[in-house]
Amino acid sequence: MNKIRVGVSVNNDKIEFLCSPEDTVLDVLRDNLRLTGTKEGCGTGDCGACSIILDDKLVCSCLVLAGEVEGSEISTIEGMAIDGKLHPLQQNFLKHAALQCGICTPGILIAAKALLERNPDPTETEVRYWLAGNLCRCTGYDKIIRAVMDAAAEMRS
Amino acid sequence: MKYSKPRTEKEATDILLAEKGMAKILAGGTDILVQMKAGHIEPDLIVDIKNIPGIKDVISRDGGYEIGAAVSGYDFNINPELKSFAPGIAEAFDLIGSTQIQGRCTMVGNLCNASPAADTVPALLASNCTAKIVGPKGIRECGIEKIPIGPGKTSLDKGEFVKSIFIPSRPDFSSDAYMRLTPRSEMDIAIVSAAAFVTLDSHGVCTNATISLGAVAPTVVRVKEAALLLIGTKLNDSALSRMANECKKACKPINDKRGTIEFRSHVAGVLAKRTALLAYERAGEKIE
Amino acid sequence: MCSKKDEMKKKFRVVGTRPIRPDGIEKVTGQALYGADLHAPNMLVGKMLRINEPHAIIKSINISKAQKLPGVKAIITFQDFMEVSTNKTNDILENCLANKKVLYDGHAVAAVAAINSEIAKKALDLIDIELEMLPFVVDVDTAMQKGSPVVQLGRKHENVSDDFSDNVTSFCSFGHGILEDGYKNAAKVIERSFKTPSVHQGYIEPHACLASMTADGRSDLWCCTQGQYNVRAICADIMGIEESKLRVTASEIGGGFGGKTTVFIEPIALALSLKAGHPVKIVMTREEVFKATGPTVSSSIDIKMGMSKLGIITAAHAVIRYEGGAFPNETYELGAQSAFAAYDLKAVKSEGYNVLTNRPAQAAYRAPGAPQAIFAVESAVDELCEQLNLDPLETRLKNAAKKGTKASYGPTFDEIGLIATLESAKKHPHYAAPLAQNQGRGISCGFWFNFGGNTCVSLNINFDGTVGIIEGNPDIGGSRASISQMAAEELGIPLERIRTVIADTNSLGHNDVTDGSRVTFSVGLATIKAAKAAKKEMCKRVAKLWKIHEDAVIWKDGYVLPAGPNAGDQEPLSLKEIAAMSAQTGGPIAGHHEVNAEGAGVSFGVHLVDVEVDPETGQTKILRYTVFQDAGKAVHPSYVEGQMQGGSVQGIGWALNEEYIYDSSGKLQNSGFLDYRIPVASDLPMIEPVILEIPNPGHPYGVRGVGETSIVPPLAAICNAVSRATNIRFTELPLSPPKVLSAILGKE
Repeated sequence: MNKIRVGVSVNNDKIEFLCSPEDTVLDVLRDNLRLTGTKEGCGTGDCGACSIILDDKLVCSCLVLAGEVEGSEISTIEGMAIDGKLHPLQQNFLKHAALQCGICTPGILIAAKALLERNPDPTETEVRYWLAGNLCRCTGYDKIIRAVMDAAAEMRS
Repeated sequence: MKYSKPRTEKEATDILLAEKGMAKILAGGTDILVQMKAGHIEPDLIVDIKNIPGIKDVISRDGGYEIGAAVSGYDFNINPELKSFAPGIAEAFDLIGSTQIQGRCTMVGNLCNASPAADTVPALLASNCTAKIVGPKGIRECGIEKIPIGPGKTSLDKGEFVKSIFIPSRPDFSSDAYMRLTPRSEMDIAIVSAAAFVTLDSHGVCTNATISLGAVAPTVVRVKEAALLLIGTKLNDSALSRMANECKKACKPINDKRGTIEFRSHVAGVLAKRTALLAYERAGEKIE
Repeated sequence: MCSKKDEMKKKFRVVGTRPIRPDGIEKVTGQALYGADLHAPNMLVGKMLRINEPHAIIKSINISKAQKLPGVKAIITFQDFMEVSTNKTNDILENCLANKKVLYDGHAVAAVAAINSEIAKKALDLIDIELEMLPFVVDVDTAMQKGSPVVQLGRKHENVSDDFSDNVTSFCSFGHGILEDGYKNAAKVIERSFKTPSVHQGYIEPHACLASMTADGRSDLWCCTQGQYNVRAICADIMGIEESKLRVTASEIGGGFGGKTTVFIEPIALALSLKAGHPVKIVMTREEVFKATGPTVSSSIDIKMGMSKLGIITAAHAVIRYEGGAFPNETYELGAQSAFAAYDLKAVKSEGYNVLTNRPAQAAYRAPGAPQAIFAVESAVDELCEQLNLDPLETRLKNAAKKGTKASYGPTFDEIGLIATLESAKKHPHYAAPLAQNQGRGISCGFWFNFGGNTCVSLNINFDGTVGIIEGNPDIGGSRASISQMAAEELGIPLERIRTVIADTNSLGHNDVTDGSRVTFSVGLATIKAAKAAKKEMCKRVAKLWKIHEDAVIWKDGYVLPAGPNAGDQEPLSLKEIAAMSAQTGGPIAGHHEVNAEGAGVSFGVHLVDVEVDPETGQTKILRYTVFQDAGKAVHPSYVEGQMQGGSVQGIGWALNEEYIYDSSGKLQNSGFLDYRIPVASDLPMIEPVILEIPNPGHPYGVRGVGETSIVPPLAAICNAVSRATNIRFTELPLSPPKVLSAILGKE
């Protein structure tokens, strides 16, 4: 087998892994690195459950080959709370009951974080369109949108 | 499957040429990874062109912009200069997939995937964009409409790949627009789409127009007869409805899971009208 | 009303508040373990071979080439299983793995376990299958006709008329009164036919399990399920082992909505593990989820309804035809029973048929069977209101079921909240808000039975005064929070001192599946009773300590106090103090309760929606949405609202865009989230929830299940709104742009 050796930074930790040419970043995160907080909902980029930040861009990790990310910086849900302190988005998701089953939550939190880093004061419509690639089947999105808006307000103050 | 990361254009064409099996170019990967996972394609070689110098660049030249094959939708749309220069192309690019897909997807990929429903292609066509192709025989340039020749098929020869798309300079008082109809507001594929490019004189009279339609034929179509009906008008209702009718006539769509012939033809006219009006407004704002 | 509400607020200390859920931090940090998140040493990857043909005889399966592939550890087909005890279990097994025939596009015929997924996939390609194609049928009405291809022979019940094909397996009929008299008294009688598509639950987590089975039958199964005990019962039967040998642990569950109440891969993983001698993990792809797990039934429904000039429904008749795929099911009965539940009718009849087709076996989906039937009924009510120039809300109030109403399906209702819910909608500003051109407002009632059922809870008082609760129902949307709240309420201790966990099948007695909106009601009821039992024991211990009679102590607000003649003789003892002394007073203290819970109390809701239809494209936009629902008592209002909002949005998807699309060769065309369009955030406005609290007499705190009713009204509410916006009566879902535009162009 023609394995590829890849060095990356995941949540600020420098790591190396071997992968097959077919492996996606999601496969490596979940199966090699056992970072199972990033979820697979569809494998085709349609649900957003596998969202990660790759070199400052929000992407679906199921649509990135692991071989492509040599030298990159990856942030996943496991790196969102710093030293055990929850990110304001995480806190607001809990406060607003913005999750029911929780399977879409890591992807939505990562996507929302990417939004607020670019736009600290988004409108409801902007939040809705930014998060349109993150499917949630439980909540009807209402409480998710409120949690993101409130977290944004909190982070601005 | 092999994965390769060429560092130069020549290296890329050499690898492509040497491959006996199926070779696929990888830039954003948002189409080919999906096709691979669905089992629609089983490439023997993936050529990741993102490490070729200049491939992620946007170059301003000859009054237009050359967009590298690895420029993502996100990169394009955070560039205010590009957005104001070609708002129709920008909105078409922006409509591809989700925010996550925007982080990866490219115009060249959208073009070379050769889907009749590709969002950027009608907009690129309306603006007379060209593609720069690198191959074993060197570099050639052609209108973007020459590249897709049918669903999933391109005119590219073995060893060739598109390295950039050029959005040419625009006359004064010109603008463009793109719209599509999807059942959902986002995360969807166009059932039908339309792009318009219009140029006005200083009185707001249309002097030149291009209308193109997506998802109504095996490839994106430019409807010359429809565009002609706008010239010499201020896009009044009657000119617009005659133009819309002409668009309907130009449609040769199919019935499929996404829409019907009736629906596609009718809405093609509606969207052509709406995009033409939007492009007209945008161009009109430049007068004064 | 207001004073009653205040009284309830005064009564509760923890119930009715909005604490942070106990499993929250794990879920926002990625630590929570779902079905696919567990790894075992020496684990193999299991994959299923699925056939993309709708109907075929399996002539042969040759696995010899696949077996020789290095890294392949086990291959199984239906022949590897022994005979099972019941028809029902056999249907489940045959749905997991085809026996003699492929019955639908996506039906599995073999499974492989290999050292990695690449090899497993290669092995699937090496299995040779010889098929003989058969004619197929996917449409419910076609499948009923004599001469239609028959999916399975010998499944027809005796009470089904011979006028139908053998695909019609079952029939039921409910009602009372004389319809003809009612129609005679009507000012207007309409007869309409309706159709709804098959839709999928669309949970974001694909089915996943990890199984380990040894030669002596001892086995462990970890899976995402709504009911670990049900998984155990089915798998033990299929594998031919006693239930005690199989321990099933429910992982965190990434959505279910009824779709994870049965099994699809679990027995396969067990059988592969037994054969290979390794643990085996199977994770479905999204395509497999769409093709081979249960969507809901698709329907074809006829309604005949009469209404007087004043808006009284004089007679109503529904004929409901449900297609639930290749295996018989009972959803048609739930449809026939729920159709007219919202109304107090003199003459009513509802009949239901189940029909087999070459589609995947249906599974429960949130209020299974009710949305389709009620869509038809509520559409007919709305059209009659329009034709007779009556207010649709007032008219529903005039006919609304109430305490004492004999429901069309038999029972007489106790305290129910429909009238209060309708009144609340009437008073809400939404109902009076102005509408612009191309906009329409729709309304619909909704109903669900609510289940009780078999439930066990154990409640342990730890020596440090904290409390551990063990319950047996997977937490699908915050139930550990509400159960902990009810325990804290009953025990009079802070919520933080309680931890509720979900037991594996060996750690607690049987619990029915997390379904029917039963958990907050039934598990809550059992928790409260378990807490009462623990309190009784604590009183006993203290009485012994104080050397007074058990009856001479009372429990108040978390303390045991001397009562009666001894009142004031002793300092009250807190739960914490009693717990600390438990080793000295007779050992650990616990309470438990086991019950087959009754008195769940039916649930009603009313939805209001405003839409705008683009007359040139047929596209519908939801402008405003308000949900009114009776929760009995909302234990954790945020999660009650969440159920109301989430169900509404699933219903919105059903009404507007979701559908299973089959091509002319019987193959599913949209087995992915791109073309199976569940609503995305940018499709929607905020969904305003209005909770009503009409206490359920069957629960100590008045709790009523709230999980399912909210998916019922959106179908008709939206269809009525679109119909009013366009002046065209729509009778078929989904109201996708091509369908709506075609009707608009047809009218012009």
